[in-house]
Amino acid sequence: MAATTSPDLVPSSRLRLPFRLSQEVVLVFVIIALSLVAGAINPQFWRSNNVRDTLSNISYIAVAAVGMTMVIASGNIDISVGALIGCLATISGLLAVRAPESPLWLVLAYVAPPVLGALAGAVNGFLVAFLRIPAIVVTLGMFSIFQGALILTTRGNVIYDLPAGFTLAQQRPLGIPAPIYFMVILTIIGAVWMRYSTTGRAIYAVGGNKEAARLSGISERKIVMTAFILNGVTAGIATLLYATQQSVIQPTVPAGLELKIITACVVGGVSILGGTGTIIGAMLGSILINTIFSVLIFTDTSKYWIQAVQGVLILITVLVDMVRRQRESFSGR
Amino acid sequence: MTDQPILQLAHISKRFPGVQALKDVQFDVRPGEVHALLGENGAGKSTLIKIISGVHKPDEGTLMLDGSPAAFSSPREAQQRGIATIYQELSLYPELTVAENIFIGHAPRRKVGPFDVLDWRAMNTRAGETLASLNIHDLDVRSKIGTLSVGKRQRVEIAKALSQNARILIMDEPTAALTEADVERLFEIVRLLRMRGVGVVYISHRLNEVFELADRVTVLRDGQYVATRQVKDVTERDLIGMMVGRTIDELFPKLPSTPGEVVLEVKNLSRPPITRDISFQVRAGEIVGLAGLVGSGRSELAQVIFGIAPAHAGEIRLNGRAVKIKSPADAINLGIAYVPEDRGTQGLVRQMVIRENVSLAMLREMSRMTFIKNRAEGQAARRAIEQLSIRAYGPEMVVNKLSGGNQQKVVVSKWLARQPKLLIMDEPTRGVDVGAKAEIHRLISELATRGMAILMISSELPEILGMSDRVLVMREGRIAAEFPREQCTQETIGAAMMAANMAVNLEADPSTKDASSEPSASVAEGAR
Repeated sequence: MAATTSPDLVPSSRLRLPFRLSQEVVLVFVIIALSLVAGAINPQFWRSNNVRDTLSNISYIAVAAVGMTMVIASGNIDISVGALIGCLATISGLLAVRAPESPLWLVLAYVAPPVLGALAGAVNGFLVAFLRIPAIVVTLGMFSIFQGALILTTRGNVIYDLPAGFTLAQQRPLGIPAPIYFMVILTIIGAVWMRYSTTGRAIYAVGGNKEAARLSGISERKIVMTAFILNGVTAGIATLLYATQQSVIQPTVPAGLELKIITACVVGGVSILGGTGTIIGAMLGSILINTIFSVLIFTDTSKYWIQAVQGVLILITVLVDMVRRQRESFSGR
Repeated sequence: MTDQPILQLAHISKRFPGVQALKDVQFDVRPGEVHALLGENGAGKSTLIKIISGVHKPDEGTLMLDGSPAAFSSPREAQQRGIATIYQELSLYPELTVAENIFIGHAPRRKVGPFDVLDWRAMNTRAGETLASLNIHDLDVRSKIGTLSVGKRQRVEIAKALSQNARILIMDEPTAALTEADVERLFEIVRLLRMRGVGVVYISHRLNEVFELADRVTVLRDGQYVATRQVKDVTERDLIGMMVGRTIDELFPKLPSTPGEVVLEVKNLSRPPITRDISFQVRAGEIVGLAGLVGSGRSELAQVIFGIAPAHAGEIRLNGRAVKIKSPADAINLGIAYVPEDRGTQGLVRQMVIRENVSLAMLREMSRMTFIKNRAEGQAARRAIEQLSIRAYGPEMVVNKLSGGNQQKVVVSKWLARQPKLLIMDEPTRGVDVGAKAEIHRLISELATRGMAILMISSELPEILGMSDRVLVMREGRIAAEFPREQCTQETIGAAMMAANMAVNLEADPSTKDASSEPSASVAEGAR
């Protein structure tokens, strides 16, 4: 039995590319197909302004999805991320309006969200990894805490009169909106890191089989902590893009933001059960759901339908994932 | 006993991916008999009873119930046709009462006005009657299952089966978890059932139970039918011969090796309540077999040494140096490797490819500046595939698609890449087909000749006997006996494993252990 191949081993029909693009390729085609349909219905869709604005507007979701992918791939979830972004946005905004003339406060306004995000991630990670509370419970609790904190600090007042320096998302180097740069660069860094670093590999291993990872000498706690902290950092960066989009910051948690981010990941092929999925996939997932929303908007569909569509989308993708997993576990033993 | 069989199976074959679980097997059950089903691990007993009870469908073969062909599409259908199964893990609801459990799914009902409601009084009365018919009078039908002992729960299971008019009762290792008194009660009940014309299929690895209870015995080996005999016509030795079927020497290609330095030394290692005061040594180039019944603390001992459940007291020395092992990471860094009992849940990340699994235990060594060295990783995977003859189309194959034996080879190769000093293997060939089994055995033997110290836990006595240079027998969390290779036989080791359960007089004097072929060699087998 020296030969390593045998006739009963048919190579998998699924081609394995270096970046594991299979799901990603499908997403690209779906996005293109949907855009073509939308363009056919309403030619306005393809106007370069629309494409550019659409990408720019969803960039912060794709940026948050970078960290969310890590958390979900590690076998956890973060429900609190939407409320966290809301909270960090107001903190950042309050710092920015504190002394509009002083560059120090502006720098603080930019630095605070990623740093505080990392801190919040550390708290989430600690509760999950060390106190062994299920992630969904921990982050649901954190969601409420952030929501309460937000209302207490703003007392419902809109933050306006933001200084001229607090307009990151409105910048356009080389004619391309700044958020798109952030989205692309962070996605590439995240993707390379998840694919080639030991920590990235360990995140997949912990999400795929916690016990096997532990018995291989991987510190599951450290890995889960890391995933949550990085998720906090990307949530903080996403906050900056979100808060500087307009000249005001709403004193409320952006409704359903966490669901949008999680949907983006799941639609992008990140298994909700952990262990698989890529950051490029999550970015394409963000673009896809936004394309679907644009299509619905361009065809004058009610916004309540849009919400329902998002729900259907997440259910279908989770279902597909479950079915695929089940088939795999039957084909194995 | 010439009655027409209630159930008759012929030419039954069943294949799972990678394993031919059953091949051309026949089996029958007559009314009023106890028919024992014997075989080693992986012989196909479980698959056979799952076919009888409607869990699996056979790929080939016929199943006749009362002389006419039958096919069960579900366990429920088999139950309705009178076939009840009592598995090792009992399937009762702990929060419900005895009566509710007995009548779950077919509770007596009565009319109250327009409503069809449960008739609690009738249910309790009839549950009491069913129990009484089995000579069980010490059970309150209103007590919750969760409060009962294992033996009592099992009696409730039997009563439940009878309440559904079972004509065939399949019992899968019913005595595995019972105390001696409960075993006696069970035997009484089984004899009662036999008198009432129920056909009992009895699976056990305790040969003495087969002789005490069964009328006929059928032996399976490697998924094939060996023979069916009247119990009164066979001896213990016959049965073991039929089960093993070949001499141990040809089955296990053990290479001679000369033990070197002491690699692992364990002194008074304890982690109550399971691991108690364990002391032993393993030398370089030596394979030490760790035998014992399920629950004797073998796996737990391995977990203590590997730092999964660190020791509370005692000393571990590696190459003469005292070491502290608080986590698997500590153990790995000290050069210990551990192939766990359940590769699916503990050994592999199944959705990962071979390459990723092989490098999992040495990510740090295989990386530069936190980035994994791609080429080194690919090479390690290809080398593993070649060295262990893993049947795969390449390093990028998802391990989930491999057969059980090849998955196990991936687990082993993960550790070999690290070149450990001490390799601990828990059930290295469980659920692996015969061919892959021999390959894994050859590999273990080769590793030992290259100077690796190996601690091998196994529930299969032939494997222990065939592979070990020395055998440690565990019982109730302690090392109960130790045998050099020359003194190892089914009988000596079997007796040492069972002593506490079977006969207390074997406890103290090692000479009795060696001399006795009594009480009953047992082919111990792990709970699946």
